[in-house]
Amino acid sequence: MKLAIRTTLGILAAGVALPIAAQAEIRLGASVSATGPAAFLGDPEAKTIEMMVEEINAAGGINGEEIALTLYDDGGDPNKARTFATRLVEDDEVVAIIGGSTTGTTMSILDVAEDEGIPFISLAGAISIVDPVRDYVFKTPHTDRMACEKIFADMIAQGITKVGMISGTDGFGASMQAQCSDVAGAQGIEIVADETYGPQDADMTPQLTRIRNTEGVQAVLNPGFGQGPAIVTRNFAQLGFDIPLYQSHGVASDAFIELAGADAAEGVRLPGTALLIGDLLAEDDPQYKVVTEYAAAYRAKYDQAPSTFAGYAHDAVALMVDAITRAGEADPDAIRDALEETQGFVGTTGTYSFSPKDHLGLDLTAFRMLQITDGGWKQLD
Amino acid sequence: MDALLQFIFSGMTVGAVYALVALGFTIIYNASDVVNFAQGEFVMLGGMITVFAHQAGLPLPLAAVLAILATAALGVALNKLAIEPARGAPVVSLIIITIGASILIRGATQLIFDKQLHRFPSFSGDDPIRVMGATILPQSLWVIGGAVAVFVALWLFFTRTLTGKAVLATANNRVAAQLVGINTGWVMTLSFGLSAAIGALAGVLVTPITLVSYDVGVALALKGFAAAMLGGMGNPKGALLGGLLLGLLEALTAGYLSSQYKDAVAFIVILGVLFVMPQGIFGHKSTERV
Repeated sequence: MKLAIRTTLGILAAGVALPIAAQAEIRLGASVSATGPAAFLGDPEAKTIEMMVEEINAAGGINGEEIALTLYDDGGDPNKARTFATRLVEDDEVVAIIGGSTTGTTMSILDVAEDEGIPFISLAGAISIVDPVRDYVFKTPHTDRMACEKIFADMIAQGITKVGMISGTDGFGASMQAQCSDVAGAQGIEIVADETYGPQDADMTPQLTRIRNTEGVQAVLNPGFGQGPAIVTRNFAQLGFDIPLYQSHGVASDAFIELAGADAAEGVRLPGTALLIGDLLAEDDPQYKVVTEYAAAYRAKYDQAPSTFAGYAHDAVALMVDAITRAGEADPDAIRDALEETQGFVGTTGTYSFSPKDHLGLDLTAFRMLQITDGGWKQLD
Repeated sequence: MDALLQFIFSGMTVGAVYALVALGFTIIYNASDVVNFAQGEFVMLGGMITVFAHQAGLPLPLAAVLAILATAALGVALNKLAIEPARGAPVVSLIIITIGASILIRGATQLIFDKQLHRFPSFSGDDPIRVMGATILPQSLWVIGGAVAVFVALWLFFTRTLTGKAVLATANNRVAAQLVGINTGWVMTLSFGLSAAIGALAGVLVTPITLVSYDVGVALALKGFAAAMLGGMGNPKGALLGGLLLGLLEALTAGYLSSQYKDAVAFIVILGVLFVMPQGIFGHKSTERV
């Protein structure tokens, strides 16, 4: 009996609440790894999502309707991400989901989104998220493979074909190491040395000494994230290499120059996004406006520069808002269709053009080859 | 030849880091048989507090002293608030308390400071010192020197001072120690304070090399613990040599065999040593009196 009453009340409450909700707000869900081992990704992402929703609501919302954001912190745990994704769909009744800071959490959310037919924009790097294409799943970051291709293209342009690779054994480093090994041959690059280091290692001079003693090596590539690349860069300078060092987009931040030291980092080349060099962009650059406005707003609110990862979240929210605006209604299927029709949408990471066959929508122009010069960034192409 | 020397320099640098962490385990273990798994967090705090005090405008030496004192105070607080109330509990329970404390300290650091990586300048610049084609950074010499200095101080403390002997006596038999007039409560407080201070000193010395963030403590404690076990838990000489040995093993494996297997080889050697000498290389045989 008690149960029956409760159920009736529940239905009544839902019956009353739903129409109001449908008129007054667009329910947007997010699950990012704001704490835990992937906090370096999720923390700036959560900050960005909250900031942008506030901004949009202050400016009158989407088509006059405010966004009601439900943001969960999955701590980088795929199991939690699945629970939160289910809760977002069933309890919070969201019409779209943003999140999945890591490939692991994305894979959990992706299942739920695909089953329930809720459009989902992922913030993780792996190509397997959008290959094969899933109806409801999109993503904003470029893939590791694209970073490898960009780096190798620059190497070929410099006349470099024999490369020594030293990668972290963390998720980011291992994934990019595999992708780079995979595409190297097709681009005419030969990996002549392949070394690894643990993510918390304090000294990489033995590995670098091995690479230096490898015959014919013309450049060193270091796919990695966190303190590893900073230590590799310092050891590289310590050993007095006279060949170029390439880092990955994983360390594309001002903090990297600070950690490695401007002297040691001098001359390091890496692929980065426009967001990193906002101050250097020409005013007629298509990304100038979006990058400078976002970076200024983020700095004003959080007193720090937005990272590349924060930029992924910015683009995800901006793409979603654009799609909802064009869809004209807060219906998951209408939003999905509008997302897929996105053409030439300029974000901080690059210019997105989705199609039924391409749910990433970026090409290599999204990356800019950068060089660290005098403790700052210089654009090479 | 210069490659071998480079591997040895690398091994000494990394090994001295491990040794400094391992030395921190010694005092608390000697006073209470407890392996303090919050030791890595003391190292992390030494680095983090120095970074933020330095950023706030304090000169580096002053920031380092502040970090060591603050961490020592935290060590004392850990003993007063968590270990002392559980007095009489089995050693395993106390060890689990230290694991809990390490999680708490990590979480609090994340909230009070931040989640970013940090570093402060090396003490004597970043120009590598060249020796026969190999290079070593001046900061590595600071770390190696620091490890040796802490070792000598601890060795003198345990063998030449009455307080040090009181610490050993407390570990050996708390009741008997009390009967001969040793204030065992004070010995425990002292040992936590000293251990934390040594940990923080390690953090100050290694941060220019390893960098610091709220979560570096776990990996450092694990390697330091492995070094201490290898050398013999509770023996400062064992901690120093265990650390250096572990570092050299890793560097030589990475240099000559493969960097993929460097951790594996190190741990296989540790296992091998412990099979033959369960007390570690310099560990004393313990006898349980029934």
